[in-house]
Amino acid sequence: MIALLAFYLFATVTIASAVLVIFARNPVHSVLWLILAFFNAAGLILLTGAEFIAMLLVIVYVGAVAVLFLFVVMMLDVDFSSLRSGFTRNLPFGLMIALVLLAEIVIAVGAQQAGPVLARGAAAPAVDAVSNIEALGTALYTRYLIPFELAGLILLVAMIGAIVLTHRSRGDVRGQNANRQISRRPQDATRNTRPVSGEGVTL
Amino acid sequence: MLYLAPILPEAIVGLGAIALMMVAAFVRRGSIWTHWVAIALLLAACVALVGAPQEAGRVFGGMYAADGFAAFGKVIIFLSAAVAIVMAHNWFERDYEHGAEYPVLILLSALGAAVMVSATDLMMLYVGLELQSLSAYVLASYRRHDERSAEAGLKYFVLGGLASGILLYGISLLYGFSGTTGFTGIAVAFAGEEATSIGLTFGLVFTLAGIAFKIAAVPFHMWTPDVYEGAPTPVTAFFAAGQKVAAILLATRICLDAMAPALDAWRQIVIFAALASIILGAVAAYGQTNVKRLLAYSSINNVGFALVGLAAGGEAGAQAVLFYSAIYVVMTLGAFLCVLRMRDADGRPVESLASLSGLSQTRPALAAAIAIFMFSLAGIPPLFGFWPKLMVFNAAVDAGLQLLALAAAAATVIGAYYYLKVVKIMYFDEPAAPFLRPRSPLETGLIALAALIVSPLGYLLIGPLGRLSANAASVF
Repeated sequence: MIALLAFYLFATVTIASAVLVIFARNPVHSVLWLILAFFNAAGLILLTGAEFIAMLLVIVYVGAVAVLFLFVVMMLDVDFSSLRSGFTRNLPFGLMIALVLLAEIVIAVGAQQAGPVLARGAAAPAVDAVSNIEALGTALYTRYLIPFELAGLILLVAMIGAIVLTHRSRGDVRGQNANRQISRRPQDATRNTRPVSGEGVTL
Repeated sequence: MLYLAPILPEAIVGLGAIALMMVAAFVRRGSIWTHWVAIALLLAACVALVGAPQEAGRVFGGMYAADGFAAFGKVIIFLSAAVAIVMAHNWFERDYEHGAEYPVLILLSALGAAVMVSATDLMMLYVGLELQSLSAYVLASYRRHDERSAEAGLKYFVLGGLASGILLYGISLLYGFSGTTGFTGIAVAFAGEEATSIGLTFGLVFTLAGIAFKIAAVPFHMWTPDVYEGAPTPVTAFFAAGQKVAAILLATRICLDAMAPALDAWRQIVIFAALASIILGAVAAYGQTNVKRLLAYSSINNVGFALVGLAAGGEAGAQAVLFYSAIYVVMTLGAFLCVLRMRDADGRPVESLASLSGLSQTRPALAAAIAIFMFSLAGIPPLFGFWPKLMVFNAAVDAGLQLLALAAAAATVIGAYYYLKVVKIMYFDEPAAPFLRPRSPLETGLIALAALIVSPLGYLLIGPLGRLSANAASVF
């Protein structure tokens, strides 16, 4: 009962916030609605028992992707009202894509109910008593340790590449020298004077 | 820790690259010592290859092969990476901003290539390929202020991404229809009653297409001339040598291991790619005026011959491919080392064929070395480049592919034209402006060594190299 209630709650809020993503006037509000949609989708996934994917959705999509969107929306001077001006003109095109997606979903569900398509299905992994996260961790850090570590190296290469291709040391900016700042003493920088009135001060 | 012993060479290169990067970040930039450390790491990895249990076979649940075949390929890859680093000494400006990143990226690319030749699982294969390719994209546009270098990197990245997508599509089909990503399991699926399954065949075709891009075999070769021309010459040398050999050996392993039962399915693809590469590589090189573009077409041409050996299949085919790759790498690295010597009076690199005219009068030794490499690449008999071609044709004839061998041999004659044209320009044309004489004894020594190996003296190597390659090919 409570699960059913939770499902309808999450589902309703997901759809409602997804609609609001499109109809919100302010692009920043759109992104915020998107984050709400992500959270509720994560709730839906949680209800099906895939807690790892739910957490992944929150961490990756809410934590990184949506925040990145927010940055882009707030930092870049994009005129969103002009982007939206072609809405009615592009409506048939959008409807067509929506129809194609709908057809694909229907076909996929139908195919899934017709039984396994593939000639040689791999044996489904045994459902152990361990949780999803534990099972994933065991697989990643034992059997797939080497590909997993190599994937880490690939990300490292991406970082090095980004620095090599974009970084330049600029001569015209004054960098911060923390060492010099810390080693500066008050007596070097300030002095106590007793100005006599009417004589002015030396600077 | 003993179970990690089979991957000791990879561990040396990978962990060494990370450590080198960290140390280089905290010390004075622009110094050359990082290059020497990287070379030492690569040589240490080669020593470890000899010392480590390279007969361990399949390790990590069958995902990784530490066998003679992989060791043969890794020695080639690591040594050509070391040569690529040596080449960079005189190429990059003295205090180049990112001096330390170059050897680190070469090390990581070599690591990816090493994983490629060892992979016996589609996931491992893909991870290795991506590690190698991503480093290569960055290396191609390493001189980012140079327009051609940036163009080469971008072109390589976009087309490489497309090829990775095609490869992944093939991998997913293979996985879907065989139920496993391991080569052994895929071979079982190909041998089973579903051998005629259209899904498996599609997977095979897409996987081979993705790999054909990486080895620059026709019809997936379009990126090669532009990338080879635009990338910095030391990087191009690594692309043409280590990287290409890694991809060829990867294709060999996947064809002879995972797809062995589907011989007829992949053989026709390989035969087409081989013939098309040989002919197009030879014909398209005619109008080239840039030495690096010429060598790019030469590498397409040579890949075709290696694929002839692969088409033969079996142990003999694998041995021919290994032998061919080893000699091809020596010829290619030698040729690129000579290209590095082409500098005008101000020390700027020149790449046009015309600048070579009359080189025999201004620089007789350099001209002789280039002539040796060109004759050898053309496969003209007294030179050692002839022998691997003969081995490849021999393997093809033994496998019953007489027509293929005949056609490839005929196409060799077309290719000989442009190799000989270079020699003609150097020996019979009026001298052009002489090149600057750089002082780099190590490079001179490497050119001399490479020229010695591909000279008729190289025939002394047939015994030991033949034994090594036979031993390496015995895994199939």
